Amino acid sequence: MTTSAQRTIPGSGLIKGLGVTITTMFKTIFLPKKYLATVNYPKVKETPVPRARGVIALDQDACTVCMLCARQCPDWCIYIEGHKESQPPSKPGGRIRARAELDRFDIDYALCMYCGICVEVCPFDALFWTPEYEYSESKMGNMLHDMDRLQDWMTTVPEPPALEK
Amino acid sequence: VTQFITDLFSNFWVSLAGKLLLVATMVPVIGMLLGFAEMKLSAKMQSRVGPYFAGGRWGWAQLIADGVKFFQKEDLIPEDADRPVFKAAPILVLVGTVSLFLVIPFGPGLIFQDLSVGIFYALAISSIGTIGVLMAGWSSANKYSLMGGLRAAGQLIAYELPLVLAVVGSVIMAGTMSMSGIVEAQISAGFPFVLVQFIGFGIFMIAALAELSRIPFDMPIAESELVMGYLTEYSGFRFLFFFLAEFANMFTMSAIAATLFLGGYWLPFVPESTLEFAGPLILIGKVFLLTFTMIWFRWTFPRFREDQLQTLAWKVLIPLALANIAITATLKVVL
Repeated sequence: MTTSAQRTIPGSGLIKGLGVTITTMFKTIFLPKKYLATVNYPKVKETPVPRARGVIALDQDACTVCMLCARQCPDWCIYIEGHKESQPPSKPGGRIRARAELDRFDIDYALCMYCGICVEVCPFDALFWTPEYEYSESKMGNMLHDMDRLQDWMTTVPEPPALEK
Repeated sequence: VTQFITDLFSNFWVSLAGKLLLVATMVPVIGMLLGFAEMKLSAKMQSRVGPYFAGGRWGWAQLIADGVKFFQKEDLIPEDADRPVFKAAPILVLVGTVSLFLVIPFGPGLIFQDLSVGIFYALAISSIGTIGVLMAGWSSANKYSLMGGLRAAGQLIAYELPLVLAVVGSVIMAGTMSMSGIVEAQISAGFPFVLVQFIGFGIFMIAALAELSRIPFDMPIAESELVMGYLTEYSGFRFLFFFLAEFANMFTMSAIAATLFLGGYWLPFVPESTLEFAGPLILIGKVFLLTFTMIWFRWTFPRFREDQLQTLAWKVLIPLALANIAITATLKVVL
C-alpha cells in the first residue's frame, strides 16, 4: 500500500515550507493591511469584542449595598461600606422606610482576577463589564478604583449584543 | 597630501592599524545590520510588524538600542565559574570571527592579506570559535551550559569535515588555495564554479549553517531543551560578543561561499575595469542573498534531533562530498 506520504519526493516538504514563509513575507510587506496578523499597538488599536472583560463599571444608583458581590469575590478585592437612611413615605400617611446609602465601593484591580462572579451575582444589575483595558498605573495603590472612578467607567459600557434566536 | 597619505599607509604599522580599525568597525556594523534584517524579516515571515518605534521610522535604531542596553547590564559571573576561562571564551569566539575577514577578497587587490593558503587558513581559524564555545560551556558551572558546549563540540567536529571536503572541489578546479586566486580562476574560466560544483555548494551551505549553529542546526543552544545552552550564564557585553560573533560569522561564511562558488567580487557581463569599485558591492550583494537564505531557513525549519544531525553529517554529506571530490579530480585530469 502506498500512502501519499510515501509517494512524495523526499525534501518536497522542505521546499513547500520555504514557499509558505516567503509568500507570507511578501504578502505582509506589500499588503500589510490585508495580511498583517498583529497591529501596531499604541498607534493602531484593536476593537475588543463586545463581551470583552476589560474593567468593571458600577452604577451607583442601582447598588443596594447588599454585599453579595463582596462576599462572592474569590480574591476579596471588593470593599463596600454603607449606612441606612430613612426615606420619607411615598404616599402621605405612609410608613417611613429605611434605604441603604453607599459610602464606599472600591475594587482593587491589583487583586482582581476578572472572573466576573460579582457581575453575575449582582441582583440589581449595578455592575457591568466594559471592554476598556488601558488603565495601568505606575503605582500599585492606584489600581484601587474608588466609587466615582467605577461610576465613570459606566460611560464605556457597550450596548448588550442582540439576543440569539 | 596624496603623496603623504600613500607614504603613511606604506608604513607597515600604520597600514596594520588602519586595517584593524576597519575590521573593528565592520564587525559590529555588519552584526547590527544582519541582526536587524533578521528581526524585520522574521517579523514579516510571521505576519508581524517587527521593531517599529526605535529611531523614529521602521525601528532602524532597534539594534543600537539593544547594544546600549547590553552595555548597561550587570556583568554577572556565576560563583562556581572558572573565571579566567569564562571571561576569555567570548573574546576567543569573536577573535575567530574577526580573523576570517583577513582573507576575504572584496575586490581585485582589495584584501587584507592575500595568503597563498587563504581557504585553508579560513577553515582552520573558523575552528577556533569551537574551542571558545566549548570553553564557555565548560566554565559556566551549569549543566545546561555543559550539555550545550558538548553538543556544540560534537556538532562542529562532525560538520567541519563536510565543510572542508566541499571546499576541495572548488580548490581543485581553481588549482590554488588563495582566495583571490580562486576568484581569478573563475574570471578566467568565465563562469562561477557553482554551475559545476553545485553539490559542493549545497554541502558547504548546509555545513556552514551547522557551523554557525543556526536553526535547523541549533542543538547547542536549543532553548526548549537547554535554556540557552552554552550562553545560559552570559549576560551584558559578554553576551553581546557572542551575538556579534554569530552575525558576523554569518557574513564571513557567506562571503567565503560567495568567493568559492559564486564568483566572489566578479559578476558575468560586468566589465573587469569597473570591478575596482563595483567589486565590493557585488560581493556584499551576493553575501546578503546568502544570508537572506539563512534567515529564511531559520524561520521555516524546525530543529534536528541530535542523532539525525549526526546521521546527516556522517552518512550523507561526507560520502557525497568525497564522491564530488573524486569526480571533480577525475574530470580535472581527463579534460
